[in-house]
Amino acid sequence: MLAMNYRGPFRVRADRNKPYPEILHPNDAIVRVTRSCICGSDLHLYHGLVPDTRVGMTFGHEFTGVVEEVGPGVQKLKVGDHVLVPFNIACGTCPFCKQELYGNCHESNPEATAVGGIFGYSHTAGGYDGGQAEYVRVPYADVGPEVIPAWMDPDDAVLLTDVVPTGYQAAEMGGIKKGDTVVVFGAGPVGIMAAKCSWLFGAGRVIIIDQLDYRLEFARTYAQCEAYNFRSLGDPVLFIKKTTDYFGADVCIDAVGCEAAGSAMQTLTGRKMLLQAGSSTALFWAINAVKKGGIVSVVGVYGPTGNLVPIGNVLNKGLTIRANQASVKRLLPKLISHVQNGYIDPKGIITHRLPLEEVAEAYHIFSQKLDHCIKPVLVPAAA
Amino acid sequence: MENIPEQFAHIKGWGVDADPENEPTYPMKHYTGDDRRRMNYERPPRQTNGIEVLHSNERPGLTAVYGTSSPPSGLSGVIRRFAFRFSEGSFGHWLPLILADRVNMIEGIFDDLRHGFFPNIMAERGWKAEWKYNKKGLAKRALIGALIATAAIVLLSKNKGPKKRQLAASDDDWLHRW
Repeated sequence: MLAMNYRGPFRVRADRNKPYPEILHPNDAIVRVTRSCICGSDLHLYHGLVPDTRVGMTFGHEFTGVVEEVGPGVQKLKVGDHVLVPFNIACGTCPFCKQELYGNCHESNPEATAVGGIFGYSHTAGGYDGGQAEYVRVPYADVGPEVIPAWMDPDDAVLLTDVVPTGYQAAEMGGIKKGDTVVVFGAGPVGIMAAKCSWLFGAGRVIIIDQLDYRLEFARTYAQCEAYNFRSLGDPVLFIKKTTDYFGADVCIDAVGCEAAGSAMQTLTGRKMLLQAGSSTALFWAINAVKKGGIVSVVGVYGPTGNLVPIGNVLNKGLTIRANQASVKRLLPKLISHVQNGYIDPKGIITHRLPLEEVAEAYHIFSQKLDHCIKPVLVPAAA
Repeated sequence: MENIPEQFAHIKGWGVDADPENEPTYPMKHYTGDDRRRMNYERPPRQTNGIEVLHSNERPGLTAVYGTSSPPSGLSGVIRRFAFRFSEGSFGHWLPLILADRVNMIEGIFDDLRHGFFPNIMAERGWKAEWKYNKKGLAKRALIGALIATAAIVLLSKNKGPKKRQLAASDDDWLHRW
């Protein structure tokens, strides 16, 4: 079958010789992919920043598809169901899943205890092949996958597998109170969605910070928020202090993660020399820009070693840091309803649609921010 | 869970301020008390197949399901097996894994060649898109690359020059001495 094949940093290809996936567990399903996005966090893999990313692997944790085959233990899903598949692989029975921490399942990733299983996200996240392929194996098929409602556009559905829940949970973890000023670092798809969702919690002011003008322009329109380029602000922390009467933002959201720009020292030690788990510039700014007693919500992805952050300021300012991989299954019922009610327009962030055969070009466009790319979607010919 | 008060009965005031409503991780987590059961929960049936799967030494064994993409092999596999001797909190775990990834990239090229496939690295890097959307940038990169290559050639040839002359001089000296 046709599938994306990782060959090393900045090198991927569409491979026609990938073996068709098999049922390996009674609760598995095989899904024929109908849509598959490239996530901003896939770029961390593509850039070689996530340890144990092996050559030959297929990426892709945001996908929808039609159930082609089910294992003998699968009760709810049927062959022919069109499903959206959360990026978390969750068993539904471990103590973490039982408490709705579906992103922290203890029975889906043997290779690391700090992260649950994720489709197509290196062996550090379980070694599963992902959905940038014609077919994919979906473990625990009765737990994660959700049948797409008949009224829902498949383009909306594919964004409910990660981008929308992650953006929503970023705002939710911020504990936003009515009238709060929320600052979102990063105007990628998740940051834009976090800004959009902050209004749903009653934010009084939403500010987004990035370095790419075309993304800031997009965020202004899509998320109806203020948008500033940190390159022209000089010191973004000082700007936020000044614009909040020298008080600090009520809530800061890090929607960038390990490839943040803006600090030469962080870029050198984190992204070039790999002495830390990527560059933590956005988290650094978030901690320093939030008010005393404020909340910092982290959904940006970092590597597993460690990062330089001003932890002394976290202590002295009495901050609360909240972070997690989005618990997609927990949030889906609410988010489906929000899409139906028109509160969120997920497909509005899709800017590029490419056939799976052009996966190398798609990665390059997204990675290099060419052609004003916000969100690329891959569509297999068999979709 | 029921025996916990008894267990702490000797501690005066144990639990008087415990407040089940004070759950700072809500709504991410709907606290049920299952954490107290630790690993003693009913596990799903285990996946079985013959491939090698490395597991973190911070857990007793494999999870019920796991991915089967790219089992460890070759030199990179040796390095990965070494890395998994160390816990996730150790640089001894992660740094060898990064090294293994780089070794694996080179193994991948040899593997392609072994199978009679010559990888088109320009295509794999998606340069067709660069040509389509950023011709100016591509030309700039090509120019910078050409300048660096030219500079390197000039420098190398300069370095070779004096050595030759030095040799010639010493040859002369040698001749004069005789």
